[in-house]
Amino acid sequence: MTAATVAAPKRRLVDRLPVVHQLRQSVGLQRGMLVAGLVMVFVFVFTAIFAPLIAPFGFAQRSVDGESFGTQQPPSAEHWFGTTVGGYDVLSRVIWGTQTSILVIIVAVLLSIFIGIALGLYAGYFGGWLDRVLVVVCDAIYAFPSLLLAIVMAIVISGGQSSLWGGVLAAAISITVIYIPQYFRVIRAETVRIKAEAFVESAKVLGASNSRIVFKHVFRNATRTLPLIITLNSSEAILTLTALGFLGFGIEPTAAAEWGYDLSKAQSDVTSGIWWTALFPGLAIVFTVLGITLVGESLNDLADPRLRGRRRVAQAAGQVAATSVVPGGVLTAGPGGVEGLEPEETFDEHGIEVKP
Amino acid sequence: MSTAPQGTATGGPADAIVSIENLGVSFATDAGAVKAVDDVTLHVARGEVLAIVGESGSGKTVTAKTILGLLPETATASGAVILSDREGMRRHDVVAIDQKRLREIRGVDVAMVFQEPSTALNPVYTVGWQIMEGIRAHGEVSKQDAREKVIDILRRVGIPDPEHRVDHYPHQFSGGQKQRIVIAMALVLDPGLIVADEPTTALDVTVQAEILDLLRRCRDEFGTAIVLITHNMGVVADLADRVAVMYQGNVVEQADARTLFASPQAEYTKQLLAAVPYVGHGTVRAAERAAARPEGWAEQAPVVEAKGLEIEYPGRFGRAGFRAVHGVDFVIRPGEVLGLVGESGSGKTTIGRAIAGLTKVTGGSLRVLGHEMLGVRERQFRPVRSRIGFVFQDPASSFNPLLTIAECVAEPLVIHGRAANAREARSRVDELLEAVQLPRAYGNRYPHELSGGQRQRASLARALALEPELLIADEPTSALDVSVQARVLELFGELQREFGFASLFISHDLAVVDLLVDRIAVLYHGQLVEEGTSAEVLGAPADPYTQRLLASLPVPDPVAQAERRAELHRLRESA
Repeated sequence: MTAATVAAPKRRLVDRLPVVHQLRQSVGLQRGMLVAGLVMVFVFVFTAIFAPLIAPFGFAQRSVDGESFGTQQPPSAEHWFGTTVGGYDVLSRVIWGTQTSILVIIVAVLLSIFIGIALGLYAGYFGGWLDRVLVVVCDAIYAFPSLLLAIVMAIVISGGQSSLWGGVLAAAISITVIYIPQYFRVIRAETVRIKAEAFVESAKVLGASNSRIVFKHVFRNATRTLPLIITLNSSEAILTLTALGFLGFGIEPTAAAEWGYDLSKAQSDVTSGIWWTALFPGLAIVFTVLGITLVGESLNDLADPRLRGRRRVAQAAGQVAATSVVPGGVLTAGPGGVEGLEPEETFDEHGIEVKP
Repeated sequence: MSTAPQGTATGGPADAIVSIENLGVSFATDAGAVKAVDDVTLHVARGEVLAIVGESGSGKTVTAKTILGLLPETATASGAVILSDREGMRRHDVVAIDQKRLREIRGVDVAMVFQEPSTALNPVYTVGWQIMEGIRAHGEVSKQDAREKVIDILRRVGIPDPEHRVDHYPHQFSGGQKQRIVIAMALVLDPGLIVADEPTTALDVTVQAEILDLLRRCRDEFGTAIVLITHNMGVVADLADRVAVMYQGNVVEQADARTLFASPQAEYTKQLLAAVPYVGHGTVRAAERAAARPEGWAEQAPVVEAKGLEIEYPGRFGRAGFRAVHGVDFVIRPGEVLGLVGESGSGKTTIGRAIAGLTKVTGGSLRVLGHEMLGVRERQFRPVRSRIGFVFQDPASSFNPLLTIAECVAEPLVIHGRAANAREARSRVDELLEAVQLPRAYGNRYPHELSGGQRQRASLARALALEPELLIADEPTSALDVSVQARVLELFGELQREFGFASLFISHDLAVVDLLVDRIAVLYHGQLVEEGTSAEVLGAPADPYTQRLLASLPVPDPVAQAERRAELHRLRESA
């Protein structure tokens, strides 16, 4: 079979990678936002991975060669960002803090994404009483203050004084409780929409089993809004972790570096003119969350053709795309592909009735 | 002319209400610039109906929207669109004008009638308020005066009891009445020109005939010029004085309507007119097929048999359900094509879905390939599905966008265990693609890389993959352009002869149904009003509804259409 061996004309790899594709597609301000966000996220991830190499000292180190750093030392050649009231090096703790943050992001996303998607697919596709119960439960969870939940979790897991994993899990689990409903709702809404699409009905008519329809036809089409929620989920996870640390339910300084803890210890410093202990961990939080949010926002805008910016074209530019006069039509998507020019759907979306 | 206000312009024939000169429009898309309109020059005289016809993507809508300055931000226009007011006192170049002046002339000099009346009206305001909005945007008018004006215009467009109904909300009107209200909105400031973008496409044939009458009255009574954008040659023949045929962003031919239909000059126009289905073309073929049937054919066990079929959609909590199908009897015998015709809400799609097991049967009896569908379980019915093919109306959404065409066509083979996966099924898929006259290599493309007609052919290939005994085609061509439709219908006929499957062909278009079917069943409000061979139903319709339906269908010939119109008026008066 020669025809069978013809390779599928796939788009080039660079065009299919999720973020790279959007980056190539964007222009102007949207591109600026995306690039800024990507740079911040890259710096964050890079720092987290190579923290042991970058950081001059350990996160719990208070002395070098038996000589203590001294407490609340202003920035100097040895300690670029100064030292804290506890005698730690601020720069090192800011760098090591990225590791804790990335850990909480990974755990929070992993915990919520699978449960949320599975429940959303099930509830959206099959409906019924379970769907109704889940929707009500999710609505109820929205009324929960996540921070309160996180505090309870911190106390339950490790009696309030946490180790690294205790603190990370407390933040991640409380975020999971809040974000499972988010994933659930988005996937459920998409599933309900896709369920009514003709290609799902056509699979049904062909006699495909429910699991085949759900996984082959519904799931892959329902995931397009996930990147946005993942970024929201990530930034929320970091904020909760730092809030826990700030309130004193976080991770012990000897167990891991955590920006929220450092900020809370810097509270009294600020009034006495010691600015460096609060500024740098604070900036680290802002940059990380800002970077992730920018990436999420840009991806969201770029995914929507109505929000996506395009370069203006010169007058009378471009090729006239062929219309379908050739029996059977031509291959290139014509100007009909431009949103709103040729209203395509003049029929009922529920497929009950049609008019041309 | 340094004192001339910005946007005023001269040029074009003096009697033209709008002169489009060398218009070019380009759009910025993800794939780069796309030119939608290329050097179009058109003139519309006062009180004239100019129809712009063309297929999807020919640039007809873009041209018309330019007249109102309604192009999206991604568009760039060149050339000139010189719009004059009713008296010919003011002239503006819409392409060069600023937004403020554009607002001043919209509604006063030119108004628009949209395709979908249910989305053109805001559901949270009364129709009276929405029409008044236009009046009050252009000058100080007291509320009382504006209201009187609104009631007057509603009466003139044929809304009964306008004093009372002016305070009703859009959902309290029928589709046809909503379109009348949209037309009233356009007429209320007495513009010299109305741009009507597919004004009847979303409406049923019988309602379409009424709206076309109303648009004709706009021209005759209000003296309004109309730019009518449509793909329906019947509508053109019914209403247009002059026709401009657009193709690939160019005007390929302009002529008055009678001349164009009688002797088209451009090759494209000839092809386009040849592709339009006429009622009566298929009758001969159906008779041939009937004659060729072996004896005893009628005694065979039918593929589908409905007796007193009832289908009810469940209502919301505490409310009665909606009965979509009500006591319908019909049979489809092996190898026979039954056409199911009706307007929106007649229940024709519901019947098709019930046969495929997508909608529950709630009463009566429906036997499909020997299986009773009343109270059927999915588990029992699943093996029967391999014997039924289904072609959906919208080729764009009936393919999973993430699978290639070959994978989509292989789905039925994989599901029913004829092949382990899409790769193994590929040789069979290639055969199928060839059967529907698509090149094999198209199997590697994704659905969005195919045109509508090609997708619908791939959809046929998928439906035929298991060589079904029954094929349900639910409006398979209603989303397609007329020339593509002709090609798909022809292919459908060929495949039917070749594979010999029985078929239920659902359509709202009598002319399309006539091309293919052996027998026609006409549905009206969920009931079967008439059934018979296509010669019987189309030649001598017995039921008054069928008569009205047939007379409402505009034929693509201005002379014949004028006669039909008279016939329709006679029918309406006698009713």
